[in-house]
Amino acid sequence: MTEPIVVIVGAGPAGVRAAEALAHAGLRPIVLDEAARPGGQIYRQPPGASGRVSTDIYGFDAKKATAIHRVLSDHTDRIDHRPDTLVWNVFGPKLDLLTADGYREQPFDHLILATGAMDRVLPFPGWTLPGVFTLGGAQVALKAQGVSIGRRVALVGAGPLLPLVTHQYAKAGVSVVAALDVTAFGSKLAQAPRMLASAGTLAKGLWYTARNRLRRLDVRYGVRSIRVEGDGRVEALRWRDAAGHEHRVDCDAVGASFGLRPEAQLADLAGCRFVFDVDARQWMPERSAEGRSSVPGIYLAGDGARIGGADVAELQGRRTALALLEDLGRAVDRRELLRLDRGLARQARFRRALDAAYPYPSHLLDAVGDDEIVCRCEGITVGALRQAAHERDAREINRTKAFTRIGMGRCQGRVCGEAAAELLARACDSDLERVGRLRGQAPVKPIPIVVGSGA
Amino acid sequence: MAGLFQRTTKRSGANVGLTIDGEAIEAQAGDLLITAILLHRTSLRRFEFGDGQRAGFCMMAACQDCWVRLADGRRVRACSTLVAPGMAVLIEGDGVD
Repeated sequence: MTEPIVVIVGAGPAGVRAAEALAHAGLRPIVLDEAARPGGQIYRQPPGASGRVSTDIYGFDAKKATAIHRVLSDHTDRIDHRPDTLVWNVFGPKLDLLTADGYREQPFDHLILATGAMDRVLPFPGWTLPGVFTLGGAQVALKAQGVSIGRRVALVGAGPLLPLVTHQYAKAGVSVVAALDVTAFGSKLAQAPRMLASAGTLAKGLWYTARNRLRRLDVRYGVRSIRVEGDGRVEALRWRDAAGHEHRVDCDAVGASFGLRPEAQLADLAGCRFVFDVDARQWMPERSAEGRSSVPGIYLAGDGARIGGADVAELQGRRTALALLEDLGRAVDRRELLRLDRGLARQARFRRALDAAYPYPSHLLDAVGDDEIVCRCEGITVGALRQAAHERDAREINRTKAFTRIGMGRCQGRVCGEAAAELLARACDSDLERVGRLRGQAPVKPIPIVVGSGA
Repeated sequence: MAGLFQRTTKRSGANVGLTIDGEAIEAQAGDLLITAILLHRTSLRRFEFGDGQRAGFCMMAACQDCWVRLADGRRVRACSTLVAPGMAVLIEGDGVD
């Protein structure tokens, strides 16, 4: 019997743990990763030998990060790790790749997509000024490069990333001039008992909050609106607090984003069915508890299908690999299955509480004027979207795309897609679910066009 | 001119020379191009569809907001491209050094 070709896309915690479980079962999975070194974004490694200590980079999670980094290099004989490899299309039973050596194809029998997540964003006045980054971006600058996005930094969020990045920036000696959460504090208190489902994660969050408090860096909750001001670059952040009072703080950089969103383009191209998740207010590829997608032979692990965080991604990576092995008719350890399923069920309860505690702040869009840019790639405005909704009766997001080009820029709608759907739903007084989602298109990231044969 | 970014950590890495609009700057091996540029400048390029300048956004190769032009004709994503000796970045320039 020839061995099946199992391909994993992504070398973050989910992809790495999936590869490890498959290797231990005697398979030789291929791991394709866009980055040069494993770890994904959460455990992203600085390039080369930076001489930095892992506890300085990853804090509490240094052990987990180091463990993930080592799995692939510890199994070079049983895991075929191919870094610097962009998967830009899924077409039938093969993947289209861009590697350092040019374009390649990779056939597969089974595919695990562990494509991770990016920051969930929405437009606000001034958000395209140089010096505005996502919270995740602000964190990557610090972790992977040892730089801060500015000298006086304001941070804005809607989730647990905010107190973490605040802590990390302050610890690195950067002046954090404001830490603003646009969700209400009451929702956190209400959900606190349910968050005990993941006591360790809750404890870490409380610890960051306590450390921030010692530095007099209290997160302000319930912030109603934000506006970045500056001439050619960030100079100040104006914000309105829960009581409606206006504030202005001088700063030279802003880190702002509002949760995370799955990088699900490849699942879309592979034909996986998508479902609307009411709690998260997001479309995501349908995934069974075991990690199966709606397409036989295609599996989904980690944040690329539903946001769960790094610990969940590790459990899911392993669980998904076991599901794949079962589908191949291999024996799997029942006790291991039970242990993973229990862990995942507990984490799912935690996640539901987190979603309720930090709802996506789509209400901020109501105050965003027509002149603001929603598509950062091509400068398409909020007004253009609203106009298409009103005057051309574009009540479905792909129809709006045809009229306005929204989602057709270089990012393929990663950045604007959710905000555009929210704006459209609000403009035509419809449900977010009914407005639909932008369909994925290949290539999922820009690739060079090669003319002739000299690639 | 002060850039957007500032280093928070001393780290190892040899010096790497590159130019921005013809002006020589020093980067460090292991710097991403976005780091090298924004330590010295406040933007990466003029926005091609409207007013203003752009300086990147997501830092994880997703948003495509950080692409820059090099004098050799390439356009590269600055947040996923490492610096290399002799790289010539064009922000304001028109390709003529």
